[in-house]
Amino acid sequence: MASIRLEHVTVAFPIYDAASRSLKKRLVSAAVGGEIQLEPGSTRLSVVQALDDVSLAFDHGDRVGLVGHNGAGKTTLLRVIAGIYEPVRGQVRVEGQTAPLFDITFGMDPESTGYENILLRGLFLGLERKAIRERAEEIAEFTELGRFLDLPLRTYSAGMRMRLAFAVSTSIEPDILLVDEGIGAGDAAFLAKANRRLQEFTGKAAIIVLASHSEQLICSMCDKAVLMQQGRVLATGDAEEVLRMYRELKAADLG
Amino acid sequence: MEPEPHTQDSWLWSQLQASVDAVQFRKALRDVGDGGKRWPLWGHMGLHDIRQRYRRSMLGPFWITVSMGVMVTALGLLYGRIFKLDLQDYLPYLTAGFVIWGFIANLTTDGTRAFTGDEGFIRQIAAPLSIHAYRVVWSNLIILGHNVLIYLVVAVWFQVNPGWVLLLALPALCLLVLNGMWISLFFGLVSARFRDIPLIVSSLVQVVFFITPVIWKPAMLPERTLLVDANPFYHLVEVMRGPLLGHAPSWENWLGVAVITVIGWSITLLFYTAYRWRIAYWV
Repeated sequence: MASIRLEHVTVAFPIYDAASRSLKKRLVSAAVGGEIQLEPGSTRLSVVQALDDVSLAFDHGDRVGLVGHNGAGKTTLLRVIAGIYEPVRGQVRVEGQTAPLFDITFGMDPESTGYENILLRGLFLGLERKAIRERAEEIAEFTELGRFLDLPLRTYSAGMRMRLAFAVSTSIEPDILLVDEGIGAGDAAFLAKANRRLQEFTGKAAIIVLASHSEQLICSMCDKAVLMQQGRVLATGDAEEVLRMYRELKAADLG
Repeated sequence: MEPEPHTQDSWLWSQLQASVDAVQFRKALRDVGDGGKRWPLWGHMGLHDIRQRYRRSMLGPFWITVSMGVMVTALGLLYGRIFKLDLQDYLPYLTAGFVIWGFIANLTTDGTRAFTGDEGFIRQIAAPLSIHAYRVVWSNLIILGHNVLIYLVVAVWFQVNPGWVLLLALPALCLLVLNGMWISLFFGLVSARFRDIPLIVSSLVQVVFFITPVIWKPAMLPERTLLVDANPFYHLVEVMRGPLLGHAPSWENWLGVAVITVIGWSITLLFYTAYRWRIAYWV
């Protein structure tokens, strides 16, 4: 049985002085909305509190939507569940195999052919060579790219790349699926096909955690939701209820 | 490099004290073990790195071989003259040394980019971080394989017959690979945090090249100095160069390499235990 348990999880990003590290750019993008604090006893080192004392529990069958402003900690939370970030404080226990779908075009090489990219991306996702070979035909068929799969990826249009990335990413069968924003894919005809596959794909997952700004997407996919602000959990519960609170929060910010 | 402010030092120090425990140590060991098991991935990535660099060129990866050949021929002819050495003896020595040195030096400079170079991967998918170190070592092994061809040509040309001693090159290579792993992990880790390290390392590597007996021979010095015996790179090079040239490395060489391996891995595991989980935050 798949389950996710987070207890008092805190994640803080160190921001190094520009003189000692030239990384301002990324930290700013990761930090918008998070709380910026000074490291105790330090005058130069500040930290961004990306997650602050977050406790959550999801179980088999949960479809969870994460909502909140930019930088509320949604992506960081997904990365903590995926095991990419280990928290500074707190406990994370995840049962089941996770599959992150953050940037589905990641790990694709423009100089390699479509088939080579299927292999490459499959290896990234932790599949065995044999398993990838077995799935390659099915993936190829789904993309409808035909002989283009023998050509380098750089000859593809953006939509074609998306088809390929989407097909490979959804060919695995994870217990826990972590999605950051919706997965858009190609033209209208393909979209319908993609939606069917996505439903099949997500239907198999025991737990889905989906971070999105689209209320429609969350309504259609999730039964639970978590509202986040500045790295803290404001509310968890029924999706409808939490979305209502999110709307109120947005309205309050505007007014 | 600008000195780190004291406060950051003390943070790093307190981290070191706080996070070196049995749990983190086991995690670090498991990371290195599990990373090895992902060989289909890093094997593919390493090969890919090489193919990528030479894609659509006519000779492909054999450009590595060609450029090494040009290099040792030019250096050999020049320094053979300067040192007034018999090419019969000097060119095989230079070639073997240069090929091995190239492996160690490239590995070290590539190692500094082990984690920062794969930043996208690290932040996208949870995987043992040691994968990136394996990838560096593996792609450098492939390059070594191409460079060794030049040594073969030179050895045949000058009729160097190492005999059975040549077999010792195999354990020597294993030791070099073992050292390559900690070098990549260690320099990859510290470079992820301190971005000046890659720059420092690449300039130091050049200096070390000249003070290590690669183009010159230890026998050329009037007396044995610390420059040779206390130079870890001398032992690393000699332990494999000896067998290639047909004489067994001395026990000092084996001992030197063993000491480097143990000390290197100890320090690396200590750092890896303490800071492994921070790498995702640093890259």
